[in-house]
Amino acid sequence: MLKINQLKASVEDTPILKGLDLHIGPGEVHAIMGPNGSGKSTLASVLAGREEYEISGGTVDFDGQDLLDMDATERARSGLFLAFQYPVEIPGVSNINFMRAALNGKREHAGLDPIAGKDFLNLVKEKSSLVELDGKLRDRSVNEGFSGGEKKRNEIFQMAMLEPKLAVLDETDSGLDIDALRIVANGVNSMRSPDRSFLVITHYQRLLDYIVPDFVHVLVDGKIVRTGGKELALELEERGYDWIKEGVVS
Amino acid sequence: MAYEGKDKVLEDVTAKAYEFGFTTDIESDKAPPGLSEEIIRFISEKKNEPEWLLKWRLDAFEVWKKMEEPEWPHLSYTKPDYQGISYYSAPKQKKELASLDEVDPELLRTMEKLGISIEEQKRLSGVAVDFVMDSVSVATSFKAKLGELGIVFCSLSEAVQEHPDLVKKYLGSIVPTKDNYFAALNSAVFTDGSFCYIPKGVRCPMELSTYFRINESGTGQFERTLLIADKGSYVSYLEGCTAPQRDENQLHAAVVELIALDEAEIKYSTVQNWYPGDAEGKGGVYNFVTKRGICHERSKISWTQVETGSAVTWKYPSCILKGDHSIGEFYSVAVTNNAQQADTGTKMIHLGRNTRSTIISKGISSGRSQNSYRGLVQIMPSAENARNFSQCDSLLMTDTSGAHTFPYIEVKNPSAKVEHEATTSKIGEDQIFYCLQRGIDAEQAISLIVNGYAKDVLNQLPMEFAVEARKLLAVSLEGSVG
Repeated sequence: MLKINQLKASVEDTPILKGLDLHIGPGEVHAIMGPNGSGKSTLASVLAGREEYEISGGTVDFDGQDLLDMDATERARSGLFLAFQYPVEIPGVSNINFMRAALNGKREHAGLDPIAGKDFLNLVKEKSSLVELDGKLRDRSVNEGFSGGEKKRNEIFQMAMLEPKLAVLDETDSGLDIDALRIVANGVNSMRSPDRSFLVITHYQRLLDYIVPDFVHVLVDGKIVRTGGKELALELEERGYDWIKEGVVS
Repeated sequence: MAYEGKDKVLEDVTAKAYEFGFTTDIESDKAPPGLSEEIIRFISEKKNEPEWLLKWRLDAFEVWKKMEEPEWPHLSYTKPDYQGISYYSAPKQKKELASLDEVDPELLRTMEKLGISIEEQKRLSGVAVDFVMDSVSVATSFKAKLGELGIVFCSLSEAVQEHPDLVKKYLGSIVPTKDNYFAALNSAVFTDGSFCYIPKGVRCPMELSTYFRINESGTGQFERTLLIADKGSYVSYLEGCTAPQRDENQLHAAVVELIALDEAEIKYSTVQNWYPGDAEGKGGVYNFVTKRGICHERSKISWTQVETGSAVTWKYPSCILKGDHSIGEFYSVAVTNNAQQADTGTKMIHLGRNTRSTIISKGISSGRSQNSYRGLVQIMPSAENARNFSQCDSLLMTDTSGAHTFPYIEVKNPSAKVEHEATTSKIGEDQIFYCLQRGIDAEQAISLIVNGYAKDVLNQLPMEFAVEARKLLAVSLEGSVG
């Protein structure tokens, strides 16, 4: 699904990713953990096609296509979804209209006609129940006046609507209380399937109790320095990152 | 990297030419260029006007000659040569085209994007239409229905002949000839415009628009509109249309006067899309408009405008809140692009007790354009318990465009409550990226964000007009048409 080889990226001449390798197979859930400033969110932004980042080396293959050659819209329409760490507010644009534009963009890309009004509303109903997002939030402006938890649930709702091949969750657990965390995790788990992959970026092991990963990677200073199973997350929780960092240095 | 995003789109927007360049040759009965007493007498005679109106025009001309063109707006333009303009041109039958095939395909594409029906496209582009065409029959039954209710809706020239008492009583009563330079000029030489009278207690059952006016002669560059809503009546009036309008006249100086008698309500909506000129602003329309309404007791006037055209816009639809408990509202979206300049806003003059006014202004500047909000809220000593709320937001699409706010507030009664909020923001890269990441392309993203920003104003427009106006905003800011 996703093959990242020796990816190097910098922002304003400061190198952040320094030769990152990561392979994600179909249906797999990978978690990336790492200390602050290790490049986790940069990885998410680079994959989504954010312009501020300069790619200075490496390749990214997404489902057989050269990801780095596509613009952000194409990547999204080809099935890459990013759940933002800080979802953006768009005043005056209803969540529903926003989703319809997004879905129809994707359908256009696939050579399909715009979705019929009734089908769209049914889909909204079905998917919003997945994350317990009530009607009021669907009709309000995109993320405007949403609480932190509501914003994150809205991200998962959008993901469910767009049915991506690869979903990148950028610190989706940050700022969530335990109930919201459970709702978000349930939403994600219900979407797990043999042909959909997840890349879960997180700071804390807590999220991985709910979304159980197949692999856990540790990102330090722009490189993946250790890979293991879900038990690695528990070890990190217990021992912190220092022992790994020291291991890297020595 | 392929994320072309905002900068690319905005560059395209800025570089975009006005593709709606379509003009129809009009054979006209034209007066020689220049402005003089003789010309004014000529106009008045051509229109078979009564003596009092001729005198009114001549007085206005005397006033105008002593006035100076205003320098205070935040605008820079070459002043028109007033002696180089022809002040009378009676349009004869327009040359009709046989079919839409003869119409500029670019223009048709634009109209299609704006969702304008085929019949309407024909009408707007001067194609001969079948007599049984819908709008004609609609217009006929429409006229009949209005007639039953006693509503008068005709050209001002017609009203001068048919309803001289009303015209004489109200013409210039709200915008006196000496009000300002352009109003004085208009008073001296106005050619035609609309007249509307709603009788006591009548609720006009449909939106009145110039589209339905049977008198199809061009309104010309000095348009004059007079709208009187008698006690307890209601009317919603639509001016202009979203379809691009080109005009050979560079200078437009219109005057609109609204009179809302006790407990009447007037909703006046405008979409202005005059030719803005080329990327340098050359050849665009100068739009200097004076619009003002007076509110008597417990009446309400609501101005809503969507301004996307003209090279230079100078326009302040205002309300004189004379009657106690009267209400004035102003909702505006002004888009400027390329070298366009707009200095627009409103004046709310509170005279009566418990008068209320609301101002919502949304400016959008792109290209190298300059967009100014200029507004006055004046609470006079007699205006006990007056209230005003103003919100003036500016959205910058480029680093090279400008947004300016000139709010004037004068409070002469201590019981007044006046609130003013203003924001200036640059279109958010984060917002655009968020849209892109959801598979929405950059142009559509900008359209969504801009329409969302202007929503509070667009929602004030009558439904169908609002749908068209939304599309117009998108088209106005679109990068690669066709």
